[in-house]
Amino acid sequence: MLKKLSLVVVSMLALSACQDEASSGGSGDARNELRIVGSSTVFPFAKLVAEKYQASGENIKAPVLESTGTGGGLERFCEGIGANTPDIANASRRIKKKEFDKCQANGVTDIIEIQVGIDGIAMAQSISGPDVQLTVKDVYAALAAKPFGKEQTAEKWSDVNPALPDLAISVYGPPPSSGTRDAFEELIMEAGCKTDPAMKALKDSDKDLYKETCHEVRNDTKFQEQGENDNLIVGKLSANPNTMGVFGYSYMEENADKVRGISMDDNAPTYDSIASGDYPGARPLFIYVKKQHIGKIPGIQEFITEFVEAGVADTYLAKIGLIASPDDVRAKAKAAATDLVTIDGSELQ
Amino acid sequence: MNNTIDPTPTDWNSPEMQKRIAKRYASEKRFKLMGLSAVIMSTAFLIFLLITMLGNGFSGFQQTNAKLEIDFPSMTGGASAQSISGDGADAAIRSMDIAGIVAIAVDNQYGDLAKDMDQTLFSSGADRRVAAMLKADPSLVEQKVVLELPADAAIDTAYKGDGLKKAEELTQILDEKGLLTTEFNLSFLTGSDASDPAEAGIWGAFKGSLMTMVITILLAFPVGVLSALYLEEYAPKNRWTDLIEVSINNLAAVPSIIFGLLGLVVFLSWFNMPRSSALVGGLTLALMTMPIIVIAGRNAVKSVPPSIREAALGVGASPVQVVFHHVLPLALPGILTGTIIGMARALGETAPLLLIGMRAFVPAAPSGFSEPSTVLPVQIYLWSDEVSRAFVEKTSAAIIILLLFLMTMNAVAIYLRNRFETRW
Repeated sequence: MLKKLSLVVVSMLALSACQDEASSGGSGDARNELRIVGSSTVFPFAKLVAEKYQASGENIKAPVLESTGTGGGLERFCEGIGANTPDIANASRRIKKKEFDKCQANGVTDIIEIQVGIDGIAMAQSISGPDVQLTVKDVYAALAAKPFGKEQTAEKWSDVNPALPDLAISVYGPPPSSGTRDAFEELIMEAGCKTDPAMKALKDSDKDLYKETCHEVRNDTKFQEQGENDNLIVGKLSANPNTMGVFGYSYMEENADKVRGISMDDNAPTYDSIASGDYPGARPLFIYVKKQHIGKIPGIQEFITEFVEAGVADTYLAKIGLIASPDDVRAKAKAAATDLVTIDGSELQ
Repeated sequence: MNNTIDPTPTDWNSPEMQKRIAKRYASEKRFKLMGLSAVIMSTAFLIFLLITMLGNGFSGFQQTNAKLEIDFPSMTGGASAQSISGDGADAAIRSMDIAGIVAIAVDNQYGDLAKDMDQTLFSSGADRRVAAMLKADPSLVEQKVVLELPADAAIDTAYKGDGLKKAEELTQILDEKGLLTTEFNLSFLTGSDASDPAEAGIWGAFKGSLMTMVITILLAFPVGVLSALYLEEYAPKNRWTDLIEVSINNLAAVPSIIFGLLGLVVFLSWFNMPRSSALVGGLTLALMTMPIIVIAGRNAVKSVPPSIREAALGVGASPVQVVFHHVLPLALPGILTGTIIGMARALGETAPLLLIGMRAFVPAAPSGFSEPSTVLPVQIYLWSDEVSRAFVEKTSAAIIILLLFLMTMNAVAIYLRNRFETRW
C-alpha cells in the first residue's frame, strides 16, 4: 500500500516537473507580461484598457493588475527597477515629492507621467428645482454627521447659511462602498471642513478624529443612500425637484436634459472648471510609467498609447465614467506617451 | 467529633432522595439537549449557507443570449470563406473589424429600441464570440446569419429577475419578440477573470488553486511526515527537542497573515521568485500547513502500539524497516486526516496570498507554476468587491465551485485513509 502511495506522489512530482519545464522558458529574469499596480479608482479603467490591449494582437500576454491603492502602488513602483518591480503605477493623485525622491534614490530615475483623465464628483439637482448655489462649507455643515465636531441639527439649507433658500435638506448619494462616496468625502466634505482653522489644527493633533469629523456623512433621512447606480439617482432627481444628488460628473453631463449641476464656491461643474481644477470636486487620474522598462518588458508603449487614446469622450472608458482631460493636457499626455518624456520632479509637492 | 456512621440504610423513597435523583436525571437531560441543539445549530448554519449559495449561484452558471442578425456579405464587401480559413485565419479575422460589424448590425436591428432605453444590448464579449464562430465555421462569412450572442450584464440580470427597472422593461420587450435565450454558461467554467461579468470565468482561479495546492502538498506532506517520524522515533528527549516541539505547536497557531509577510520577505525579496505565482503561493501555504501535519503526524505515530515495533524488532527488522514497514503504514490514516485539515485550511486561505501579490486581476489562466495566477478564494473576494450586480451571482457560483473542489479533495483523502486504515 505504501508503494501505491509513493506512486501517486512520484507521478505528481513528475507532473509538476513537466509543468515547470514548460513554464521556465519565459519568466526567469525577464517577464513578458505587464505588471500594473496602484489606485483602486483607476483600476476599473486600467482593467478595460488591459483587455483591449490584449485583444489588439496575437500572442500578447495579459497584463497583471493589482489594486493596491495609490500610496501602496507608488511605494512598490519606487522600490527599484527590474522584473520584480511593477512597470506602471496608477494614481488618483499626483506623485508626491517624497515618493519621487524615493524613486530616484532606488534607481527609478526616468518616470513618465501621463494624465489619463479626470474623476469628477458633482452635486446636481433637477432642472425644474429652485436655483441653489452652495459652497463646500455649506455642504459640509449640512451633511456631516458632526459638523465641526458639534451635533448635527440642520433641517433646512437656511439653517446652515441664512443666504440659502428655505428648503429642506434632502440629498441622494452613493453608499460607503462606492468610490464616488470616497471622493465626495475627500474632495468636498473635507474641503468644507478645512475652512474652519480649528479643524485644520485637529488634523495635526488627532488624525483619526479629524477624519471622523470631516468625512462622516450624516446618517438620517436627510442623506439617503441610493445604491451604486448613479443613473438611479438621476432618475429620482427628476421626480423630486427639491432634492439634490451626488454622483459622477459624467452622468450629469449625459443627463443634461434632466439635471443641472450645482455651483460650488461659485464654480459650476462644467468641463472647463473640472479640467482646470477650479471646481472642488475634481481630481486628475494619472499613470506613472518606468521608462527604464520600455524595451525590456514588451508592450508598455502599446498599453499606454491605448490608454491615452481611449481617454477621450464617447469611448469605452467614458462609458464607465472617465472624464477626458482638456485638450492641452491630453496633447501633453499623448506627447509623453509617444516621445516618452520623463518628469524631473521640480514641480511636485 | 461526629464520626459515627449512621447505620440506617439510605431510604431511596424518601422525598429528598427522590428529589436528588430527579435532579440528576434533569441535568443529564439538559446536557443531552444542549449537545443536540449545538449539533442542530451548526447543521442549520451549514444548510443555510448551502441553500443561499445554490440559490444565488445557480443562475451564475447560465448566460442570457440575445439574437443578432448579421448580414456578412454586405458588410464585409464579400469576404470569402477561404480568406478567413487556414494559416492566416486569426490575422484575417482580426483585420475584419468585427466590433464595427457587430455595432452596425446592432444598430440595424435594434437601433431605436436601444437608443430609447439608453442601454447597451450586448456584452463586450460578443465581438470575440463572433470571431470564434467565424473561425470555427468560416462559411458563415458568406451568409446572412442570426447569431445568439451574450447579452449585456444588465439585461442578463434583468432576465434572471433581479435587474434594474429600465433594463427590465427592455428585457420584457425583447422577450416578447422571442429574441432572448438562455444557455449553460460554458465560458464561466473555461474563462478567466474579466471586467465584463458576461465574460468572467472561474477556470483561471481554479487552475491557480490546483497548482498552488500541488506545490503545497509536495512540500508540506513529505517534510511534515518526515519531521513527525524523526521527532517520535529517533530524536532524543532533551531540551532541544522540547524546544522544537513547543515551536512547532506555536507555529500551528500563528495567524496566516504572518506567513504571508514571511513569504513576501523570504521568497520575493531574498530569492527573487516571481510575484503572484502559484509557486510562491504554494510555498507560503506549505509553511502554514507543515506544522499542522507535523502535529497530527506525531499523534498518529505515537498511537501505533509499541507491541508492533517490538514484534518487528524481535523478528530482526532494522529500525528503518520498523518505521517504514510497520509504523508509517499504521500511522498513515491519522497523518492523512491531519493533512486534509491542513490542506482544507490552505485552500480557503486569502490573507497570506494578498501579500505576495495574488490579489490581482489576471485575465488569463496560468500556464505554469511561475506564471501570475490567482486562487479561488481570492477570486471570490475580488468579485464580491465588484460594483456590477451581475457579479453577485458569479461570486456565489464561484463559492459553489470552491466547495466542490474542497469536497473532492477531502473525498480523495478519505478514500486513501480508508484504504490504509487498519484496526486491531
